[in-house]
Amino acid sequence: MANLIPPRFKVVIDYEKCRKCKRCVINCGFGVYSFSDRVIPDHKKCVSCQRCVAYCPEEAITIIENPNVFRPNSYWTMEERINIMKQASSSGMLLTGMGNDRPYKNYFDHLLIDACQVTNPSIDPLREPMELTTYLGSKPDAVKVKVEDGQIKLDTKIAPQIKLDTPIIFSPMSYGSISLNAHKALARAAKECGILMNTGEGGLHKDLYPYKDRIIVQVASGRFGVNQEYLDHSAVVEIKIGQGAKPGIGGHLPGEKVNREVSETRMIPEGTDALSPAPHHDIYSIEDLAQLIYALKEATNYEKPVSVKIAAVHNVAAIASGIARAGADIIYIDGFRGGTGAAPTIIRDHIGIPIELAIAAVDDRLRAEGIRNSVSIVAAGGFRHSGDVAKAIALGADAVAIGTAALIAMGCHVCQMCHTGNCSWGIATQRPELTQRLDPDWAAGQLINLIKSWSLELKEILGALGLNAIESLRGSRERLRGIGLTDTELAILGVKHAGR
Amino acid sequence: MPEGKVVAMEINAKGMYYRDLNNILREKVAEGVTEFVLQGINGQRYLGTGLKGKVKIEVYGTPGNDLGAFMDGPEITVYGNGQDGIANTMNDGRIVVHGHAGDVLGYGMRGGELYIRDSVGYRVGIHMKEYKKQVPVIVVGGTAGAFFGEYMAGGILVVLGLNKKEGEPLTGDYLGTGMHGGAIYLRGEVEKDILGKEVAEFSLEEEDYRRLNPLLENYAKFYNIALEEIMAVPFKKLVPVSHRPYGKLYTY
Repeated sequence: MANLIPPRFKVVIDYEKCRKCKRCVINCGFGVYSFSDRVIPDHKKCVSCQRCVAYCPEEAITIIENPNVFRPNSYWTMEERINIMKQASSSGMLLTGMGNDRPYKNYFDHLLIDACQVTNPSIDPLREPMELTTYLGSKPDAVKVKVEDGQIKLDTKIAPQIKLDTPIIFSPMSYGSISLNAHKALARAAKECGILMNTGEGGLHKDLYPYKDRIIVQVASGRFGVNQEYLDHSAVVEIKIGQGAKPGIGGHLPGEKVNREVSETRMIPEGTDALSPAPHHDIYSIEDLAQLIYALKEATNYEKPVSVKIAAVHNVAAIASGIARAGADIIYIDGFRGGTGAAPTIIRDHIGIPIELAIAAVDDRLRAEGIRNSVSIVAAGGFRHSGDVAKAIALGADAVAIGTAALIAMGCHVCQMCHTGNCSWGIATQRPELTQRLDPDWAAGQLINLIKSWSLELKEILGALGLNAIESLRGSRERLRGIGLTDTELAILGVKHAGR
Repeated sequence: MPEGKVVAMEINAKGMYYRDLNNILREKVAEGVTEFVLQGINGQRYLGTGLKGKVKIEVYGTPGNDLGAFMDGPEITVYGNGQDGIANTMNDGRIVVHGHAGDVLGYGMRGGELYIRDSVGYRVGIHMKEYKKQVPVIVVGGTAGAFFGEYMAGGILVVLGLNKKEGEPLTGDYLGTGMHGGAIYLRGEVEKDILGKEVAEFSLEEEDYRRLNPLLENYAKFYNIALEEIMAVPFKKLVPVSHRPYGKLYTY
């Protein structure tokens, strides 16, 4: 039977340039290349991750989209037709990696940031101090001080706070979905930048224990790797309820990816499926959530903030209000552009809402209820640059989390094939010959550079706004204007249209 | 504190706020107290949560939810009923309840033992795991509610049905649904239609008795009941038919 699915990409090799060094053969994690008397590509295996292109010393390889494999049709797109063919031949759910790539409206690109001009001068961040320091954790309603021995002392007990040197942290990506070297790079960069990395729901590898002050550990429904030692080696404990790429859907690391070290970190036998369904089967109400929040606070002696991570969904504001009232110190909201190691494509592409709308709705609701101070909001889901970060903070987030951007900094080319575990760049894979490609020191350096660049840009943006602290931008929607948005969209975002 | 010296402490917890009580427990354990007798317990949550080491706690009354959550080593004996969430994600230790207990016991439990003299509620033993030498155990003397052992990934669950009335089912519906590891031992029969589709029923082999007997001996000893009475009814075993029940769910 002929293979119905045509190759999506075509590997074009300039044989005049090729000197048969076979570097492409070695570098491809997807097994595209073979070698007999010359390099021969199997086009249908190519995912256009560009590893071979980057490592060909002769620049002899070009990957192109296979021209006209399907008769053009803007409704029955190539993707739709390929997906139908895959399902017709397998009866399975389509699986995908990375974030939702559909062309839904992107609100960040319809928001513009204000700037100072003559009467209200901007600030020169090169000469003036700029404060990006952000504290995550529940803030008291009011602060009382007392005078003791002639010294002014704080009389209000402050809930545990985590100090971030810049309002950007790394998103949860589990060891299992990404490699240990990638995890090490994230941890090193988080320490160097004074921010946080998040283990995701895959447990904490012992090599990361020294970074415990910079680590958020997750407690998901599967409770992988969760024990007292795990909780002790963290700065923040996070209850994972939802994920932007797959709201209402659980995690599932297939048995073949559970090798010895992954099994040790998740504390499950090798080769078994790591199932972490969406519902925590001990949480069916806000009261149940409160019980788990306080169980974790008890277990960590009330010394660590407890975060609750949810996906951005239609009723996110009411849900966030419940979470705040259940005693969470941080609400982590993941928008529908959030990445994933693996999710059913249909879920990723069609469920959830954009993070921009979720931040605004949650911030509004918590303010209206007078409890905005009781939780910090961390927003995630598709932050591409510092402009997105500034806009999110102006909409009401305390800090943002970056996942895909961090992966790109480490070499990811967004081929969207994380779920196959064949990542040629050594990031989203557990294959030893591939994971060794990612040097954690180099990758940490890349991440540090990225965080530093974005932080510099944030300072520049603050300067343009005439502000000298990121605190002053938080929830300051008057400094944003919408462009090309409907009245409803503007109302939800709480911003005026440009020109007003 | 000299090594191996037993230091006991009695606390009257009547009306005491759970956080204060847990603080005292944590402080005293750090100071070297190894045995506690807690009197007048009435609904205090999270007792023994995250506690480590060789500590014995006797609880008189009814403790609140999440007794022994994340606990790593101590032994708690409850002279009274238990509530929900006992042994939540427990790592090691032993909890013995002289009475009934509520829902969601041993969620994600990965080591240690939980004995309940009488019956338990819904969703007991869900997401139980095992790893290397850590094999968690829950023994229920009476009957269990629905979703017993759901998503069970390892460990041992035992239901004895000792107080079972004539015609009363041993467990509720959805027994072992999504189970992909471990074993459930049932003293007596269950209707086939309550079984999750991932499990099948088998007779016990010698290896099973080797694992089960010490647990039953413990039960007989803790609750002062003749082992012969427990053994008078034959056991069945439920194990998953596949370790990869969801292996063929996806297409790439």
